[in-house]
Amino acid sequence: MSKQHVTTTVNGDPTEFLAAPGTTLLDALRDELGLTGAKEGCGSGDCGACSVVVDGRLVCSCLMLAPEAEGRRIETIEGMAQGGRLHPLQQKFLEHAALQCGFCTPGFLVAAKALLERNPDPDETEIRYWLAGNLCRCTGYDKIVRAVMDAAAEMRQVRRAS
Amino acid sequence: MTDVMDRPALRVVGERPIRPDGVDKVTGRAQFGADFNLPGMLVGKIKRSPHAHAKIVSIDTRKAKALAGVKAVVTAADFPDLASEEVEAGEAAGNLRDLSMNCMARDKALYEGHAVAAVAATSAAVADEALALIEVVYEVLPHVIDVEAAMAPDAPVLHEGLFTKGVEPKPTAPSNIAAVNKLGRGDLAEGFAQADVIVEARYTTKAVHQGYIEPHACIAQYGQDGQCLVWCSSQGQFMVRTYCAKILDLEAADIRVIPSEIGGGFGGKTTVYLEPLAIALSRQSGFPVKMVMTRDEVFRATGPTSGAVVEVKLGAKRDGTITAADVVLKYQAGAFPGSPVGAGSMTALACYDIANAAITGYDVVTNSPKVAAYRAPGAPISAFGMESAVDELARKLGMDPIAIREKNGVVSGVKAVYGPTLRDIAYKDTLEAIKSHPHYSIPLGPNQGRGLAAGFWFNIGGESTAAVRINDDGSAVVATGNPDIGGSRASMAMMAAEVLGLPIDQVRPVVADTASIGFSMLTGGSRVTFATGMAVVEAAKKVVEDLKQRAAQMWEVPADKVAWENGAAVCLDPEKPAAKPLSIAAIAARAGRTGGPITAEVGLNAQGAGPGFAVHLCDVEIDPETGHVTVLRYTAAQDVGKAIHPSYVEGQIQGGVAQGVGWALNEEYIFDAEGRMENPGFLDYRVPVASDLPMIDAILVETAPNPRHPFGAKGVGEVPIVPPLAAVANAVRDALGLRLTDLPLSPPRIRAALDARAK
Ligand code: FES
Ligand code: FES
Repeated sequence: MSKQHVTTTVNGDPTEFLAAPGTTLLDALRDELGLTGAKEGCGSGDCGACSVVVDGRLVCSCLMLAPEAEGRRIETIEGMAQGGRLHPLQQKFLEHAALQCGFCTPGFLVAAKALLERNPDPDETEIRYWLAGNLCRCTGYDKIVRAVMDAAAEMRQVRRAS
Repeated sequence: MTDVMDRPALRVVGERPIRPDGVDKVTGRAQFGADFNLPGMLVGKIKRSPHAHAKIVSIDTRKAKALAGVKAVVTAADFPDLASEEVEAGEAAGNLRDLSMNCMARDKALYEGHAVAAVAATSAAVADEALALIEVVYEVLPHVIDVEAAMAPDAPVLHEGLFTKGVEPKPTAPSNIAAVNKLGRGDLAEGFAQADVIVEARYTTKAVHQGYIEPHACIAQYGQDGQCLVWCSSQGQFMVRTYCAKILDLEAADIRVIPSEIGGGFGGKTTVYLEPLAIALSRQSGFPVKMVMTRDEVFRATGPTSGAVVEVKLGAKRDGTITAADVVLKYQAGAFPGSPVGAGSMTALACYDIANAAITGYDVVTNSPKVAAYRAPGAPISAFGMESAVDELARKLGMDPIAIREKNGVVSGVKAVYGPTLRDIAYKDTLEAIKSHPHYSIPLGPNQGRGLAAGFWFNIGGESTAAVRINDDGSAVVATGNPDIGGSRASMAMMAAEVLGLPIDQVRPVVADTASIGFSMLTGGSRVTFATGMAVVEAAKKVVEDLKQRAAQMWEVPADKVAWENGAAVCLDPEKPAAKPLSIAAIAARAGRTGGPITAEVGLNAQGAGPGFAVHLCDVEIDPETGHVTVLRYTAAQDVGKAIHPSYVEGQIQGGVAQGVGWALNEEYIFDAEGRMENPGFLDYRVPVASDLPMIDAILVETAPNPRHPFGAKGVGEVPIVPPLAAVANAVRDALGLRLTDLPLSPPRIRAALDARAK
């Protein structure tokens, strides 16, 4: 089957790619655009390793077809650090040692960022339920949850100060 | 060995610096197994048996080969038919023939998902089409998966040539019982005769998967000159090289394995599945071949750990002294011999000083995937039985669960039931850490319960190589041969920085490929910070000696007139009062004139890994309506020797606990009547998610540093998965007032137990 031409915005930049109709957005990002930060842990929407944000909504890119990205804004882990500066969540993940193997990390960061954009002051339970779609087999989640809480606190402080 | 420890104060070790590979991993830049591509690369895929047990009558690959875009098709006929030979690859020892036949079935498919053929094609779609065109004729055989059913005399036999090892007289008929091993001491009958109280029960566990989030992935490129490159995600690049060389009958020197980042392993990546097939496909096609498993394939074809039956009988005096222990362990090995029942046997009673004990272990082949190592292989299963039994015993005696463990617990100098004399252990301090933690006395509410359990793991040392190189600006590189599975780059860099006297950010750790560093056993057995860390320290010390030597040349003084302090050479020669300390940078700048590059590589075989003990405390609440168990609180104390990077040690503990809680409450392989796995995805094979767990309080007990490690480190990665099964089960027992002995304690099981009681 012939490939379709898809025009999108990826991490703020206009981007075009070709994709067969059955290709997932995850495969297009990884194989066509070389953005391998999103990972395939399951391919069935159960692990969150492939998390990206499409038009402001957190999605599993393994469950979305690449042609559906036409005309949409896609944000991936590769766009999270701005101008050589890590996002506070990235910084806090490092400080709290919230990763071991790091395979789940891009997905957690993308998901956590989406949470803090909706709710700048989540409590522990809200964080745990929001992140329940992301599997981590290494950390037991403890340090991930702490890192998100700490990043949220810091971002609130920065917002108040500005 | 302890000279470095005698330093007045450690600057780096014991601190919590940001890991050197951290930014790569939070920005998506780190390259894992599936993140590489090569020009002209083909896609490799595997055809798998749909039957749990079947004779392979014929395989016809002609149609597949004829399909446009198909570049290679391999079956067992493309691999040498190897003789049975045991290979030592550290903790992942195995039999070569079995390993080869597990990668590609020969004559018989032994489990659903067993590979029978593989193809390489120009696209995934073509590869899928080719798989469908391969015609395999099977003769389906009766199968057996349950461990006790497999042991029965009339069970379908997996291997006609398998005769039980370890029994006299030698059996004359083949059996699924690959081996029986026994250990123990004293006189069991006498021990039970001394007992005032006896408890006896049978416990069962289901096969569970390591559940690493990254599926297996590799690329192989076999050149026309016979030189072969493999990029893969594994726990040991040297293990991959050895196994591929043996399975394909190649020279190790012709294979170079480049380790990618590894997205979790927990023991499950201590063997090969894809790599030999990818090499064979690349050799046949002349193109690089990339293979990536789906999650379905990971569940169906890669290592779970054993499902098991554990029978425990304990006798004790009224004062709590355990006088006798009789333990029987029956472990599924999957399709080939090699369950972790040996380690399960040795660890079963390792926390206890018991005079009369017997442990019998059965290694049983079954029509399920060949088991692979899973974090402290075998130990969580036997500990589940033993620690549950000790809990029952304490209840019968009216004793506190810590008191009974204090009464019978091992201390330094005690000879363990499995043989060696334990030294420099802090088991009692670990119990004490839990006893004095506020968690131990928090009042419980209705439907809530508290459980405690202990665990032991040997930890290993073994062969490792490390190189330390000084750059021309005075910074350093530390190269090792161990994949960094949970932050070990940080500890390698920290130990080197400590010895050299450099700030941590001036030491860059790298994980080198098999052609770029000497041999190292794989990352497993909680050995890297201990053994490879030792090689790093030795290499760094050699570099310091060299730096002192260079400084002596620069000052024109004898070498013994130079000391090393805070990362600089200091001149002790009274005749050179004006000699200012020389920093590494100053010495490195003159390296060309003082003997050339400053570098040292050390290979060693580290002995004396200190064993680890863990004591866990768990609170649960049971919803009587749904049978759902919520873990309310969890505290885990561990004898760690000395934590090099405490955050990553805590992380190991928390991660092990989470896996153990999953094992206890939800995870299990479920097979249908045909022996096909019914839940090969994360939706139905439920690993714990963030909302299933509380914070996990990790207590690092550092009262018994390991004198055989320069900084006192013991392995820390495995023992944290040993106690949770029983800690959770004991908490559920406490909450329900009823002992459930079959894992997982999933909601239907709990409901059924509550219903049965109501009747
Ligand atoms: S890969 Fe998309 S959710 Fe797992
Ligand atoms: S850090 Fe390994 S899966 Fe999360």
